This record gives sequence, C-alpha cells and structure tokens, in this order.
Amino acid sequence: MRSFFRTDAQPSVAASFVLSILLFVLLIAAYLAGSYYRHQENPQDKVMPTVSELLDGMKRAAFEPDRNGDLRLWVDTLASARRFGIAIGIVFLAIPLGVGMGLFPYVEAVFHRFLVFFDKLPALSVLPILFIVFGLDELSKIALIVIGVFPTVALDAHLRAKSIPREQIHKAQTLGASEHEIAYRIVMPQIFPKMLDTIRLNLKAAMLLLIAGESLAATVGLGYRIFVVRRYVAMDIIIPYVLWMTALLFLTDWFIQWVIRRRYVWLDK
Amino acid sequence: MAVNPYLISLQGVEVSYPRNGNGQSGRNVVLNNIRLNIRPGEFVSLVGPTGCGKSTVLRLILGSQFPTRGQVLVDGQAVTGVNRDRGVVFQKYSLFPHLTVLENIAYGPLLERTSMLQRVLYTPAYRRTRRQSLEEAREYLGRIGLNPWDGDKYPYELSGGMQQRVAIAQALMMRPKILLMDEPFGALDHNTRLAMQLLILEQWEDYRMTIIFITHDLEEACYVGTRVIGLSQYWSDDEGKPGMGSVIVTDLLTPGGHPKPTAIRATAEFNALLEQVRHEALDPANRRRLRQFNLIHQDALKPEPLSAGELNEPKEGTDA
Repeated sequence: MRSFFRTDAQPSVAASFVLSILLFVLLIAAYLAGSYYRHQENPQDKVMPTVSELLDGMKRAAFEPDRNGDLRLWVDTLASARRFGIAIGIVFLAIPLGVGMGLFPYVEAVFHRFLVFFDKLPALSVLPILFIVFGLDELSKIALIVIGVFPTVALDAHLRAKSIPREQIHKAQTLGASEHEIAYRIVMPQIFPKMLDTIRLNLKAAMLLLIAGESLAATVGLGYRIFVVRRYVAMDIIIPYVLWMTALLFLTDWFIQWVIRRRYVWLDK
Repeated sequence: MAVNPYLISLQGVEVSYPRNGNGQSGRNVVLNNIRLNIRPGEFVSLVGPTGCGKSTVLRLILGSQFPTRGQVLVDGQAVTGVNRDRGVVFQKYSLFPHLTVLENIAYGPLLERTSMLQRVLYTPAYRRTRRQSLEEAREYLGRIGLNPWDGDKYPYELSGGMQQRVAIAQALMMRPKILLMDEPFGALDHNTRLAMQLLILEQWEDYRMTIIFITHDLEEACYVGTRVIGLSQYWSDDEGKPGMGSVIVTDLLTPGGHPKPTAIRATAEFNALLEQVRHEALDPANRRRLRQFNLIHQDALKPEPLSAGELNEPKEGTDA
C-alpha cells in the first residue's frame, strides 16, 4: 500500500464505503462475540444481551403497554423531545441578542461580560440550585439546558455579527436602512445559517444536560428511563435507548445540515 | 448674498490619531489641512501612493469617519453620518450576499416605499410593493448590461465585473446626488475595466450626479475623471523637512471634453497628463516643497468660478 498515507490518495468509492463501515462492523462483531461467550458461560447473563434479547427489549418498550398502559419508548421520547424543543427554542433567542451585542455598543456593554461569565459557569454545577429554586418539575430541566447553551450561542452570534464587513453596514445606510433594519435584516439573515450550525454543534451539549437533569429528577423521559432500569441491569432496554437517542440526535443534526445546504445556497461562496 | 457653488467642501480637514506604544508622543497625521471644493456634476478622480489616505477622504464625505479638525460640508451642511443622499460602491462587500441580484437592486427603493411595520408583518401591501420593485429592478438589468434571468441569481454566481455592475445599479436606484467609488474596478481584469469605465460614464451622463472616484490606475483616473486630484504623503515643508500626513499635490482638469472618446488614450496630450500626475503625485522621491505646488485648477485653493466650457454644466456666481 504505497499510497496509504499520502495526502493525495484517491480511494475508490467502494474502498471508501468499506473503510467507512469497517469500525462499525468491528464493534458489532466484538459485541456479538462477547455476548456469545458470556451466554455460553451463563445463559442468564444480563450484561451483554443477545440480539434477540435486544430486539425483544425494544419491542416491549415500543409496542407493549407497561403496567400504566403506556408505550414507554414513545412516552419517554415525547417528554424528552418537549423539554429539548422548548430549551432549543429559547436558545434561538440568543441569535438576535448576539446580533444586538455585535452591532450596538450599549447592548454589548450591558450583556457581553455577563454572558462571558455565564458561559464559563459549569452548567451542571447549578443543577442543585435550579432544583431548589424551580423545584423538580420541567422548568428546572429546561433552564439547565438554556443556561448551558444560551451563552455559547449568544457569544458566537456576537462574534459573527462583528465580523460582517463595515462596508456592508455603510452600504445599507446609503440605501436608507435604519439601525434596526441593518441589524435584523442585513446582518442577522447573513449569520443565521452559521448560527444554525453553531446550534447544531451544541445539540450534544444540550442532550447531555437534558439526560443529566432527567436522571436526577423526572418521572418520564429517555434519560430518566435508562437510569431507572439500570437498577435491574436491564441492558436489553438501556442499549436500544442509547442507540435510539443517538439516532435521533444524528437525524436532527443531518436535517439541520440539509436545511442549511438547501435553503442557504449563497453561504460561504 | 452669493450662492455657494460647491456641492462638497473640505475645509482645513485634518485626520490624525494618537501614537501609541514605545513611549511615543504626538499624533500620526493621515490628512494634513486638506482644502478641497467640488462642484455639482464633477467627476473627480482621486489618485495617490498607497497609504496616502484616499479612502479616508472618501469616508469623510460618506460620513463613516469624521475629521479630527476642520469641516466636511455637503450642500453647505456638515456631514453627520452615512445617509441615503450619498451612494457608495466599494471594491468588495458592496452587495448583500444573502439577497438575489434583484433584491439587491430593489433594496433601497423598497425600504423607501414601505414601513418597517409592513415589512415585519409581511402585509399584502408590502408584498405587492415588493413584487413591483423587483419588476422595476428587472427592467433595469438591461441598462447595466445584464440579462433578465441574471436577476434571480445570487451575487456569488456572477463574475466580478457583473457584481460591480449590480453594485452600481443598487447605488443608482437611490438617485444619489453624490456617488462615491472606492477602487470599484480594482479587482477586475483589463478588458472588463474598460467596459466598466464606459458604463460608469454612461450613468454619469444620464444621471448628472457628482462622482468621487478612487483608483490606483492612473490611466483610468485621467480617462474617466473631469478632474484629477493627487494626494500624497511625500512632500516637504518650506524648510525642507518631510511633511506630516498627506496633502493635495496635484489638481488638474483633464483635457478633451467629457466623456472622452476612447481614442484619447493614444494622444500625446493625454499621455503628457499621465506623466505629469505620475511625477507629481505618485513618485515618493519627488518631495516638492509646499509652495512649489502648481495647483492650476481654479477650485483648488481659492473659490472662483470655472470658465465656460471647462465643464458642461451651468455655473452659479462666485461666492468671493
């Protein structure tokens, strides 16, 4: 393989495909082997369930009502998605705030230092405070995500708004644009797709905070469920849940990228 | 009471900023006591060595920068900021990348015809006006040498020359009395530049606006301008010490009426003008003393009316 570590290597389409799934295949194979040998030793093994046990666990969670009559997977997904959605919705407000900070020095003076400080605050460390102040219900879990992600997004919007060339602003002024017109119709639309990207990259942090909140105080939710069933070493539930969460996040990420590519063809040109 | 014949007046303008660091005191001077008067309808080319402050002069008139000392007057009023009375075309960043060509051109008129509330609420009245403005912009495309179907493209899909055509159209839609151009053709290849020079001269004839045109291409400056002004930091005071900041070292009317036939580029008179400006304004080794400057343009230092025929527009009386 002379050209393996060459920067100008050109693997064929087939080779690229095989190589890109290689690690997935290895991981699954290692799991299957581990699961097989553990079951040889102890047919009751719960740590590495077999494929059929996993499928069974998934089926029970998704399609068979529990003792409350709920289809757990969907109820959990809906509860988590609602918290996640509301929190991300609030995080979107960081964009106009960041643009305001980037363009209006007085707004910057008020908010910038405060947000830089809050950005450094390890969000999880305020979770006890949130639970004490807001109680154990939805509000504290949503607030946790917002506190964790909002400052990052606002500060990024601030930097991006500042990096719009002054010429653009002056040009808009010669065309009769008011200050607000410039901020919210010239600058914000230009940085918006990039902010979608920033939010996309912060989805993982948001998810992390959601699971942390749910694991400590909730009665329903994806994060809640995996921590509850952990007590019974119910790996046949935990593993499908983890894969499900990963898949949801992956699809959301992919969807946002698709929207950016489709909707903002002028970006980075 | 005499009428002030000048559209733009720079009166004793200094731009300087404090020197920082290394314990230095004093100020770095960019522009030193600039006095400049420009009449309505003039096409003024501004040339000078790199770093002489050409763009600073433009920004002073635009209103995006203010003099440390002195005054910048437009229509007899001190400039207080950027507004819709003065259009601008930059070398880059003139167009809004997130708007299509038509939306870019129609941007100004649309702002003028609709209220902010209408735009935010996206009312039917706004949508109607918007459609109408975009249609007008599409009709305008032909005048600047674009095809109707180019209107729906984004700026990045156009060549550099086409982008600058759109930028000029975008500025002209506001019917500005003054059009400021900062190296508008600087990034274009030679043939595109020549076409753009003709385009801007056409627009200048049609709209009769006053143009301040910055360029580093001397031939371009002398061809498009009715008047060429050289700004330079290479001069010395009357004791022979190097001068601080840039002053106007050349101020000439260009020969051959206006707009000039393209053939004028080959004439001896035109080339002599090029040589003169090159020597006076662009040669760092040529540090002339302040009193040696031969500023023959009548508006250069003292306000006097132009003689008939030097500019093809009616003259007001003197304000002496």
